[in-house]
Amino acid sequence: MNAVMNSDTMHSSGNLEAALRKGHFAVTAETSPPDAADPTVVLERVAALKGVADAVNVTDGAGARAHMSAIACAAILARDGIQPVLQFTARDRNRLALQGDLVGAGALGIHNILCLYGDDPKSGDQPDAMPVFDLDTAGILATAKGLREGAYPGGREVSPPPALFIGAADAPRPLDDNWKPDGLRAKLDAGADFFQTQYCFDMDVLRAYMARLGDKGITERAFFLIGIGPIASVRSARYMNENLFGVHIPEPLIKRLEGAEDQRAEGRVICAELLQELREIDGVSGAHLMAPRQENSIAQVIEGSGVLATR
Amino acid sequence: MYAVRQWSVRNARGLEWLYNRFAATLLRLHPLFKRIGYGRLEAPMAVLERHIKGFMFDCQMCGTCTLRSTGMSCPMNCPKILRNGPCGGVRPNGYCEVKPKMRCVWAEAWSGSQRMRNSRIIANIQAPVDNQYRDTSSWLRVTRAGSLVVGSDTDGAA
Repeated sequence: MNAVMNSDTMHSSGNLEAALRKGHFAVTAETSPPDAADPTVVLERVAALKGVADAVNVTDGAGARAHMSAIACAAILARDGIQPVLQFTARDRNRLALQGDLVGAGALGIHNILCLYGDDPKSGDQPDAMPVFDLDTAGILATAKGLREGAYPGGREVSPPPALFIGAADAPRPLDDNWKPDGLRAKLDAGADFFQTQYCFDMDVLRAYMARLGDKGITERAFFLIGIGPIASVRSARYMNENLFGVHIPEPLIKRLEGAEDQRAEGRVICAELLQELREIDGVSGAHLMAPRQENSIAQVIEGSGVLATR
Repeated sequence: MYAVRQWSVRNARGLEWLYNRFAATLLRLHPLFKRIGYGRLEAPMAVLERHIKGFMFDCQMCGTCTLRSTGMSCPMNCPKILRNGPCGGVRPNGYCEVKPKMRCVWAEAWSGSQRMRNSRIIANIQAPVDNQYRDTSSWLRVTRAGSLVVGSDTDGAA
């Protein structure tokens, strides 16, 4: 059960938190900032998601490559009435810069953040860059929570504080019998209000995973938005299975794509079905839809699934 | 160690001579290194380099050694890690803004460089540190690169 529902303590004034606290099934999407110094490029990319997704994640130098800064991109979205989930990685900024950006995010009308470790520069196109990692993920979470409570780590006051709904990442997976939720508890204790997860296309694995989290009392402490996406083709499904750590697309889904005349369209149908299925799983509060540079496709899936129509 | 580091700057001329001999020796050993395999040599050589240069220069194993260009004063000991210094905060007495009891690494670099035969090289702009080479042997990397330039490697030479 989601005991965090109906809580009176709204941390932010954002849609995403409001929807989740009301017990609605929430849907977030994802966009990556462009290589363009022009807000219209950002807005063109996410136009299809406006009024469709509850919030849109803005990636922070994904794949360790430079793009428009995530905070600028998120501010452009916020100004246009699209709620961003600003992704914060530990890779590029020390704690002083992170604190400044967290306060700045609040001032720019950004309500949601997702705290991540970040890809190593060695995996990007400028491997000679210095990795910072002054804080780890728990460190950013704790910093964000502290700032939300009105103070920098040293105790100096921030008034008014940034009203942030704080997220962290997770990965649904098959669990051993002796698995303990220490990692999740650490993130919860540090300040996580919600989790957005890595892709999970295997609903059996997910059901088992969420049941375990329920047993351990985790799902009553945070909202879980499960990562899915429209698979573009059989080739991309196989690629994801081989190259994305922890991602497993079940063979029956791949068979369905193989049998389809239009694989891309079939990928969207599958994704919409998964969305509907997610809504029925205990402990799942919503879905996080990811597909690089396919914002339109994501919007079609959300609208086609009808999961938001019943609100 | 700070005292040894200062000695190294005072004796930059001698160390420059030693460096050139040493680099030439390593280059002559290139065929041997190649037979053993640079990959296999990397770990032991890095340990050796860390100890020797750590003792003499307070080496931080940035992997992109520039001692030859900076008067045998290691810029990685600058609290701001300036590769092109000094900063504007250096004190009139030549001491560091951040660590007032330490001589400015770049003031030292200048005095060391002026003792060296190649005293102009300090004027060259240093590229940012390549973090891929952190904690790896600069000696091996320079030797390998040098082998291509000199053409001592019969396989690689045109």
